[in-house]
Amino acid sequence: SVTGACRAIQKLTRVRVVDNSALGNTPYHRPPKCIHVYNKTGVGKVGDKILLAIKGEKKKALIVGHKMPGPTMTPRFDSNNVVLIEDNGNPIGTRIKTPIPYILRRREGEFSKVLAIARNFV
Amino acid sequence: FSSSSYQTSSDGKPGKFQPPPKPVIIDKQRQTEERRFLSPEFIPPRGRTDPLKFYMERKDMIQRRRVFNIPEFYVGSILAVTTADPYAREKTSRFVGICIQRGGKGLGATFVLRNVIEDQGVEICYELYSPRIQAIELLKLEKRLDDNLMYLRDALPEYSTFDVNMKPVSHLDHEEVPVNKLQVRMKPKPWSKRWERPKYNIKGIKFELPEKKMKEAQKWSQPWLEFDMLREYDTSKIEEKIWKEVNEGLKK
Repeated sequence: SVTGACRAIQKLTRVRVVDNSALGNTPYHRPPKCIHVYNKTGVGKVGDKILLAIKGEKKKALIVGHKMPGPTMTPRFDSNNVVLIEDNGNPIGTRIKTPIPYILRRREGEFSKVLAIARNFV
Repeated sequence: FSSSSYQTSSDGKPGKFQPPPKPVIIDKQRQTEERRFLSPEFIPPRGRTDPLKFYMERKDMIQRRRVFNIPEFYVGSILAVTTADPYAREKTSRFVGICIQRGGKGLGATFVLRNVIEDQGVEICYELYSPRIQAIELLKLEKRLDDNLMYLRDALPEYSTFDVNMKPVSHLDHEEVPVNKLQVRMKPKPWSKRWERPKYNIKGIKFELPEKKMKEAQKWSQPWLEFDMLREYDTSKIEEKIWKEVNEGLKK
């Protein structure tokens, strides 16, 4: 049996890729896992960048929602959601259907392209 | 027949005219009592803290309620909350969901709304008395069989999906709150908590587990807990006092 979905995102958590990129949506026998969190603490929250291992390759990604309850008035998602990203911050996919928290707008400068392809906000 | 109605002055002359008392009409057909609802966060928790602290908090809560209307709702009712958000496009964000839990006492009272948007379950914990909340609309007033609907996380997503643009369902003031006796079907195990155990005392799930598992879950039952006198907390008198206080505060 497998452990339940991790609450916040750290090394070796399985994540769910929510954009419509080919890399994130093609089925593979291993789920995408986090291998590094670009953070002083090893715990990734919404808006942190992480390194993902998908289909045998390493890809950077941005966390857009996790199972861990955050500050009040912020949404808590039922799965750890992640958007694939390049090194310069450009998203790989072209559309994000799942809702994204408004908190990400605080860092509009870094994530402007990701926010531009997002459809729903919570 | 009270003699106080005419003031007899000392020299025997008739006193000042007192108008007769107004007749009180008791309509026997509509004897139904108005539904009394005291929000659970007003009731202070059992403890040794100074009641002055709770009194001061209640004053602030009543002050907030005078300015901003917080409707009566229970766990299981569907609400729409608009909050002020500096990062939203129109500076406000609206969220519709079913209330799954009401926690906290005093000004820190919270309620959690859950909804499933685009196949993604989202829960937001709002503070009732936060100044960021601009409006709370009650879309559907109803109760469920349990006080805590956290098991909806492990139930099939259709039980947590609610239309974002649903119209408010009208409910009458003086009737009893409708209880939705819905029995929810769950996803296959493992669940986030073992909801079949008697400690959660859940009545709103249709357990499709084999009899053996249900019997095994009863091993963890603690039947002596309901007879434990040290755990009793009778709130009826406290509620009466606080009800009067809150009513007077809101009428001013």
